[in-house]
Amino acid sequence: MDMNGGQALIRALEMEGTEVMFGLPGGAILPVYDPVLDSTIRHILVRHEQGAGHMAEGYAHATGRPGVAMVTSGPGATNIVTPLADAFMDSIPMVVITGQVARPAIGTDAFQECDITGITQAVTKHNFLVTEADEITLAIRQAFHLATTGRPGPVLVDIPKDIVDPTNPASATGWEWPTDDEVARSLPGYRPATSGDPEAIERAADLILAAERPILYVGGGILKARAAEALRELAELTQIRVVTTLMARGAFPDGHDLCLGMPGMHGNYTAVTSMQRSDLLIALGARFDDRVTGKVPSFAPEAKIIHADIDAAELGKVRRPDVPIHGDCRLIIEDLVAALRRRLASGAETPDRRPWNSQISGWQERYPLAYEPPVEGDQLKPQMVLEHLRDSVPEDTILASGVGQHQMWASQYWRFNHPYTWVNSGGLGTMGFSVPAAIGAKVGRPDRMVWAVDGDGCFQMTAQELVTASAERIPVKVAILNNAYLGMVRQWQEMFYEERYSEVYLSPDLPDYVRWAEAMGCVGIRVESPEEIQPAIDKANDIDDRPVVVEFRTDSREKVFPMVPAGKSNDEIQVPPFQAGHGVQTGEGGN
Amino acid sequence: MSRRDMQPGEAVRHHVLSVLVENRSGVLSRVANLFARRGYNIVSLAVAPTEDEAFSRITVVVDVESAPLEQIVKQLDKLINVVEISELDPRWSVERELLLATVAATPDVRGRVVELVQIFEGRILAVTHEELTVSLEGHPTKVDDFEEMLRPFGIRELQRTGRVALPRLGARPGEPSAATA
Repeated sequence: MDMNGGQALIRALEMEGTEVMFGLPGGAILPVYDPVLDSTIRHILVRHEQGAGHMAEGYAHATGRPGVAMVTSGPGATNIVTPLADAFMDSIPMVVITGQVARPAIGTDAFQECDITGITQAVTKHNFLVTEADEITLAIRQAFHLATTGRPGPVLVDIPKDIVDPTNPASATGWEWPTDDEVARSLPGYRPATSGDPEAIERAADLILAAERPILYVGGGILKARAAEALRELAELTQIRVVTTLMARGAFPDGHDLCLGMPGMHGNYTAVTSMQRSDLLIALGARFDDRVTGKVPSFAPEAKIIHADIDAAELGKVRRPDVPIHGDCRLIIEDLVAALRRRLASGAETPDRRPWNSQISGWQERYPLAYEPPVEGDQLKPQMVLEHLRDSVPEDTILASGVGQHQMWASQYWRFNHPYTWVNSGGLGTMGFSVPAAIGAKVGRPDRMVWAVDGDGCFQMTAQELVTASAERIPVKVAILNNAYLGMVRQWQEMFYEERYSEVYLSPDLPDYVRWAEAMGCVGIRVESPEEIQPAIDKANDIDDRPVVVEFRTDSREKVFPMVPAGKSNDEIQVPPFQAGHGVQTGEGGN
Repeated sequence: MSRRDMQPGEAVRHHVLSVLVENRSGVLSRVANLFARRGYNIVSLAVAPTEDEAFSRITVVVDVESAPLEQIVKQLDKLINVVEISELDPRWSVERELLLATVAATPDVRGRVVELVQIFEGRILAVTHEELTVSLEGHPTKVDDFEEMLRPFGIRELQRTGRVALPRLGARPGEPSAATA
């Protein structure tokens, strides 16, 4: 069948199962936009290319399927670099198509030319500059294969205009759909890992049974590997407590007795301290990020480490594991469960873990996540707003977040009981992530309620995508915790820069968020007093035909606690001042 | 083969990696960028197509004080175009490097320069009244020594290729007796 490169590209996306793509046309990608009119793919026209990238990420977070975005060359391409970097850090499967100037113009500083494959080398799993119309289908197949297998990640495919432009003979091509085998053979250096080394799994099983103070330290890899069920089986079989990192919220239910919640810089006291005191950390799909470990030399000093990861380079990158297991987390956990069952069936016993478990319960009782209740006349407490929201939405609501204080409070105070309900920017920490990511998540899961929790600083970075949401009838809901500051920066300046507030004040009224929301076709609601919180949330929940923005005026003095200051040992965790009054301000020195 | 092919004590902070890559445009930049962005230092790097034109071989000498070798290898292996990586133990591999140099060689000292080139089994490529251009191919330490001996005469220009290497025939790490050259 004769077709042109642009038609082949769109057809290839359809063949890969693409249902929706996010993008914005421009000169170099114009020829590919023409066949979009005849395609089964729903195209969402964004207002800024960064929005397209984050929407694709949100879609991928919520569905597990690769997000697809398409933009033009030059500035269109550079505008999507931040989402690519974000997806790379958080291992989000994403395929980005960029237009490129025609081949004869490449390297001439042509209008809207930029070397996007050069620019994005460091922030993509891989990228391609396709140089022949006949190679388009293979490049698309390779891109989806790379994005979704092994450690997932973003792949960029750069398409010169002349090989997709029907008026150019260079765009003429037949239709050929490479087989799986041909795709594999075309990537001789790519061999994604599958199951783990059986001998390593046996050693891991021995360590698990012998441990007195084990902790399951699970990361985003659990979600990428669709391993939440397997993890639950492992935890319940062994009765080992589970900490879920920022990227793994929802991978293990917060409502489960064994769940200790989030560890790290703003993790809860029990999650942080139980890792510190553990004698065995079973790290599954986690990467010992600096925000989790604190100062590495004093991180979990007595713990042996079992580390399972799909990416061999993570094993030993930060902390040398006693048992490294390279492979897919779901397969590894299933094999581990089988190995443990064999041992238990033949009478293996574990040490008495009651002292450890009661120590953990003691920490939980003494240092629960808490904030000081507001006194009359105070502005709203952000944590209280989140608790109201949490208790007013269906349990499987998808929550997207920006980056900063509101993100930490959301992760702390939400109860994630289902996988794929938490959409956030973990590794890169991209302000402005939440609005477009929530839109992408809602497009992927129209059956779910989707809330974005945002800060006023974040909201101002990408709010224009609510125009996209209104135009496309994507009814997301946005809660702005408006404290009139870049809150996390303010917190650091208060705590570590002697309250010298440099360039962090934003103003509560400029812009007027309600009028802005309404101008973008959304319903806008402002909440200033505690008694307005619940009615506003109820009203927002009832609106399903357009986006809603609820602006909560929150207390700018509120800080995120607990906190392990950057570069400090997790032993130096600071609880909120009113809890420190119990007599212990920092972590305990020993067991 | 010179005794200099065997240098067990040679600079352990340097490791030689032989990296088989797909022969495509941009692959060298991916490898070089990886070293740059992860803060690994390259001592030398040589690249050319292999016997199969679909692949090129990059011989890279890395400074492992900048990062553990294991991490460098694992990160390299994640590059999609990298097909295979092997570390070449200097004891069980053959290594070669080419040096070109233009040396001051006025008539009064020219005889000594020529003698030096002959001792090292190098070649004289060009002559003027004032200068000689010479070449030497050999083990990198031999090339180092040659460069050192040339220096007092006055090196006008110098270019070295960086080393290339292959495993020694019949040699396997851990089987030292197999080493024959």
